[in-house]
Amino acid sequence: MRYRSLKLGLAGVAALALSAGAALAARTTITVGMQLEPPHLDPTSAAAGAIDQVTYANIFEGLTRFTSTGAIVPGLAESWEISDDGLTYTFRLHDGVKFHDGTTMDAEDVKFSLDRARGEDSQNAQKALFAAISEVNVIDPLTVEIRLSEPDGNLLFNLAWGDAVIVAPESIENIKTNPVGTGPFRFAGWVQGDSITIEKNPDYWGTPAKLERATFKFISDPTAAFAAVMAEDVDAFTGFPAPENLAQFEADPRFQVLVGSTEGETILSTNNRMPPLDDVRVREAIAHAINRQEIIDGAMFGFGTPIGTHFAPHNPAYVDLTGLSQYDPELSRKLLAEAGYPDGFTTTLKLPPPSYARRGGEIIAAQLAEVGIKVEISNLEWAQWLEEVFRGKDYGLTIVSHTEPFDIGIYARPDYYFQYDNPAFQALMEELNATTDPTRRAAMLGAAQAMIAEDYVNGYLFQLAALTVANAKIRGLWANAPTQATDLTAVWWED
Amino acid sequence: MNARIPRSLWLGAALTALFAGAALISFFWTPFDVTQMAISDKLKPPGAAHWFGTDHFGRDIFSMIMVGARTSIAVALVAVGIGMALGVPLGLAAAARSGSLLDEAIMRANDLVFAFPALLIAIMITAVFGAGALNAIIAIGIFNVPVFARITRGGALSLWKRDYILSARVAGKGAARISIEHILPNIANLLIVQGTIQFSLGILAEAGLSYVGLGAQPPTPSWGRMLADAQTLISLAPHIAIFPGLAIVFTVLGLNLMGDGLRDLLDPRLRRVRA
Repeated sequence: MRYRSLKLGLAGVAALALSAGAALAARTTITVGMQLEPPHLDPTSAAAGAIDQVTYANIFEGLTRFTSTGAIVPGLAESWEISDDGLTYTFRLHDGVKFHDGTTMDAEDVKFSLDRARGEDSQNAQKALFAAISEVNVIDPLTVEIRLSEPDGNLLFNLAWGDAVIVAPESIENIKTNPVGTGPFRFAGWVQGDSITIEKNPDYWGTPAKLERATFKFISDPTAAFAAVMAEDVDAFTGFPAPENLAQFEADPRFQVLVGSTEGETILSTNNRMPPLDDVRVREAIAHAINRQEIIDGAMFGFGTPIGTHFAPHNPAYVDLTGLSQYDPELSRKLLAEAGYPDGFTTTLKLPPPSYARRGGEIIAAQLAEVGIKVEISNLEWAQWLEEVFRGKDYGLTIVSHTEPFDIGIYARPDYYFQYDNPAFQALMEELNATTDPTRRAAMLGAAQAMIAEDYVNGYLFQLAALTVANAKIRGLWANAPTQATDLTAVWWED
Repeated sequence: MNARIPRSLWLGAALTALFAGAALISFFWTPFDVTQMAISDKLKPPGAAHWFGTDHFGRDIFSMIMVGARTSIAVALVAVGIGMALGVPLGLAAAARSGSLLDEAIMRANDLVFAFPALLIAIMITAVFGAGALNAIIAIGIFNVPVFARITRGGALSLWKRDYILSARVAGKGAARISIEHILPNIANLLIVQGTIQFSLGILAEAGLSYVGLGAQPPTPSWGRMLADAQTLISLAPHIAIFPGLAIVFTVLGLNLMGDGLRDLLDPRLRRVRA
């Protein structure tokens, strides 16, 4: 009996030692939850943010790239020179960069990628990024020259987008299911409807990744997302869809909550051609009927920064114009009366699935009802929303977060779904695009922000917060989301 | 006749009356305005001011349940009405011409509607014609039609063989007149019982449709949508899920008990056994 208990004790000590040993070696795998599954994995031929969330910086790289603060740093380009007239950019590429299939990344690939992105039959979702480029020339295998037809102060920023990553002609055919890039991770597998796995690229040209393997798991339902994080089925969840649960995670020592900024201007998009919303007084009345703080508290549980125009508050060129649309129901009623609607009017409010839209919509409906504007809410799925609202322009009001970085240029497109047609603004954007001087650009951006705010094109609500919940021991995750990305290149587990 | 009213009928009628009463009162008075949001008061637990607490927008849950009862009852009532208005005449016609092509056509069409799960039809209809209380009513109404058509035909068929029907025919009454004057009154109890059961199913269907976002649209309060809204908040504020959940449970339970009790009271076969 004594012998047996001794043996048991020894076994226990051995087991303890073993588990201690396992704990000493830091973990090198991670499972990241995200809400939407990408339709495919080619960031250069679709707008779906979920593609970049998997591939950006992990699998694919561009000439330049975003850091977590939104700054532009060199990517595959080691350095660059800009000619005095601002029309020629000469990029020097890193030496020894290989694609995951072993082929070499050189100037030819850069030319191929950019020509493909800006070509006639390009499927690129952001073709406008490349509009200024007139030609791409290969000087030598490690030097590439980009010539512009007009100066474009945004070029380095544009080239950092996920839509501008460098791809190889050798692997382009199957890029949607087997993405081959130059990044520190390579594609390892995709279980449709469940997860995508990437693994460390042992031949990476730069600082190697600290993780051996990462899995992106798709959990669309907010309740399931909450349960998955609580049960530690996922180690981190980016773009956590249920802000109401964050307080619980904050109180739990197992987790850390990262609250950062995104490029998502959440706006009450307004159909500027649909009467009576085509009357600026009516749109101003709507703006004054909205209580932003109430929406942020009610729909986002306090996460979000009020905005007064279509511009990200963390951008140095941001101008705080929230004063133009202060909550003032009295003024709102007065404006409605002036516009000929003393008893208000009825319009539609079509809401896509995210909770900021569904909950925010209910709050806005109640706020508008206070001044007499009746809205008929209809809840739409994304596909329906894209069809009816975004493409069909069959709506009065809708709520959506515009997550593309630096996208004030959409107001210069009269065929965009707000249907805002202001030649003065369009001229200003053209001028801006031709300007490289930072001070002058900032002044123009300020003027542009003021112009759309004074025209009350849309109801400007709040900047969407980047909400990430992660295991407390994970380091190196991005708190902010300057672009849609889950950059795992510097992520590691603390012991 | 011994007027012994079954206990289940008492209980069921009381529960049903409670919710029907709440729905009626909500037309004139609710403790709070259900469209009035007070974000700063959100997720308050049940207390003296808000008996059932407040939801994520600071709305009073007790008031929402009262108005939600109105939505549920209205949708279910009209849906059962549609089912009866269409199903009963169809069933009577089928029974009157039993074995004919008309009978076959009606009953096979019924089978076709029956073959689809009820909620699936409802989702299909609301997906095609848009979400909203009216489409939910139509959807739930349509799957009520075959239920009433079948029960009417079954009840009527057994009556058509009775002597008094035969004598009515001999007296020269037409099939339509016989159906209305002699058949319908005799199957009324069957229809009342079935109506009560369908009513409770209608309430469940409305809650289900609202839960998936295809029923009454905000800001009209609906029990199903209250549950859906509460889903992510259940660990924070369980009361916002519990009260609408209980409302659905007790209404459906009440209607089912009432249906059971009515059957005990009205079914001629059971009555004979008891006597």
